[in-house]
Amino acid sequence: MFNVSAKQLTGVGVFLFAIFVGVPLIIGATGRWDFYFTLTSVALLSIASAGVWLTFYIGRINIGQGAFALIGAYVSAILVVKAGWSFWISLPAAGFFAALVAILIGIPILRLRGVYFAMITLVLTQVVTLTALALPITNGAKGMSSIPLPSGVSLFGIPILPDFAGMENTKLAFYYTACILMIVTYAALYRLVNSRLGHLCRSMQQNEELASSIGVNIAYIRIVIFAISSFFGGIGGAMFGSIAQSVYPSSFQVVDSVNFMLNCFLGGLGYVFGPMLGTLVLYFGWDLLFEFGKYQMLIYSTVLILIIRFLPNGLLSLRIGKGGDK
Amino acid sequence: MEQILANGVYLGSQYAMIALGLTLIFALMNVLNFAHGQMYVIGGFVTYTFYGQWGVPFVLALFMSCVTLAILGALIERFLFAPVIKGSSREESTMLLAAGIAFFLDAVILLVFGEKQRGVPKIVDGVFNYDFRLIMPYDRILICVLAILSIVAFIGLMQYTKTGRALRALAQDRTAAQLMGVNVDRYSMIGFALGAMLAGLVGGLLVTITGVNLGMGGPTSIKAFMMVMIGGAGVISGAIWGGIILGFMEAIGLALLYQYGDITYLLIFVSLMIFLAIRPQGLMGKPWG
Repeated sequence: MFNVSAKQLTGVGVFLFAIFVGVPLIIGATGRWDFYFTLTSVALLSIASAGVWLTFYIGRINIGQGAFALIGAYVSAILVVKAGWSFWISLPAAGFFAALVAILIGIPILRLRGVYFAMITLVLTQVVTLTALALPITNGAKGMSSIPLPSGVSLFGIPILPDFAGMENTKLAFYYTACILMIVTYAALYRLVNSRLGHLCRSMQQNEELASSIGVNIAYIRIVIFAISSFFGGIGGAMFGSIAQSVYPSSFQVVDSVNFMLNCFLGGLGYVFGPMLGTLVLYFGWDLLFEFGKYQMLIYSTVLILIIRFLPNGLLSLRIGKGGDK
Repeated sequence: MEQILANGVYLGSQYAMIALGLTLIFALMNVLNFAHGQMYVIGGFVTYTFYGQWGVPFVLALFMSCVTLAILGALIERFLFAPVIKGSSREESTMLLAAGIAFFLDAVILLVFGEKQRGVPKIVDGVFNYDFRLIMPYDRILICVLAILSIVAFIGLMQYTKTGRALRALAQDRTAAQLMGVNVDRYSMIGFALGAMLAGLVGGLLVTITGVNLGMGGPTSIKAFMMVMIGGAGVISGAIWGGIILGFMEAIGLALLYQYGDITYLLIFVSLMIFLAIRPQGLMGKPWG
């Protein structure tokens, strides 16, 4: 089933070692504790970006991931604060709710293609932000604040997940949680892309009519893919809300939707791990440039423009060489 | 009622001009210009600097806005979009570039003009008052007339000049236009400059009424996208219709639902999504653009 070579296995091993052992060691040595928050954000944003990447995989430009991230964040926050659920149950619930919304909205709008789909998803982000402002359950512009930290989970008296509120180092705990979620997401994404469904997606990316004519149920596949994509968005958003302990209508805006899309472009649309790299470079780069004060935006956007000018197919296209398209 | 209609015409004419530039760029290059709102803001700031700061006559300041944006647009097309379109394997890469340019222009505006709201002295004083049923300041009427005149001039340019014919040919079929001897590279640049110039012109016109600030760029871009979608991407008449429809919807919605705040925009967005689900190519667009 998996054609994993020894080289790939080593690569994954090195990567896992780096994020679970290497990063905490380096941060401990340098004392830059704020990097934990940055890297946790990178991990969570790359989960949402993975969803955007997946919609790119069926040839749709998705600028609506901010909408689903916001839905996820609100669903989780409302379930925890108002219904008193445990965060760990509200997390998948947020994902499934986002996926449900995606199915309902996707049935009409997934018929659109190209820039039309791009623009309508952009509008969708705006719709969700305005809805959050208008609905009573979301508290309008005040948002939901002081959401409790995730509580512990125990099964048959055996503690499985620790209580975050009783922990002295929540930053590290959140970092590990986000990394685990990210790895699970990307493992699922890799598996999906290399499955039968992934092949069908590639056929749709190239030509939907042709794919349809040889018997691919394109209407069904694009809804499934859009739902999975939004599931990732909802999970990322819910986790983000839990870490920030607050959700506002402005937590995820059009700019965030655009950024999710940029992450995918920058990493390279042809590579499963592209969005992860793209998120790291964009978000971390932005954070590092903070020291330049008011020139931060100028340097950031100049670098962005230069990258796309000279590497229009994404950062990972640098090591293309062997003609692999994945 | 008269007031609502007048506001609709006023808003619609502004919006139509913004949408025209965006749709022109889209029709020619298949580029979704995220930086359109920022170009509009720059246009506003140029007019502010010349007219508000240095006391240059308003018309001349407006002209400077147009020139600045046309040069900026030409440079962006020549050195950024054209090479990226040639070099990338998927044409969506231009969206990343457009977003990057939007960020870049935002940064430049912040550094050069600051983040304060800027306004200029009124160009004409007085208020037109018809029996207290229709109240409109004279400067708004003047701006509205200027906007409509510019739209007419633009349509004339597209219909009756050699440049306009070349641009329309390019929008219809790039390869065929090239085979007929149209200098594709040159006219792409001219078209992009023209689109940017329109954004600058509206910015310059509107600075006299709403003023201008850094944060106006993004929302303006989104509105422009909506108008283009209503009318159909890449269609000139569609952009004008989109602008007028959005202008009227906003005027009517704000008049009827003003006590509910942002509900107007929510309704506009939702009805737009329903409309597009039924008619994906907009009012006048070609199916699948």
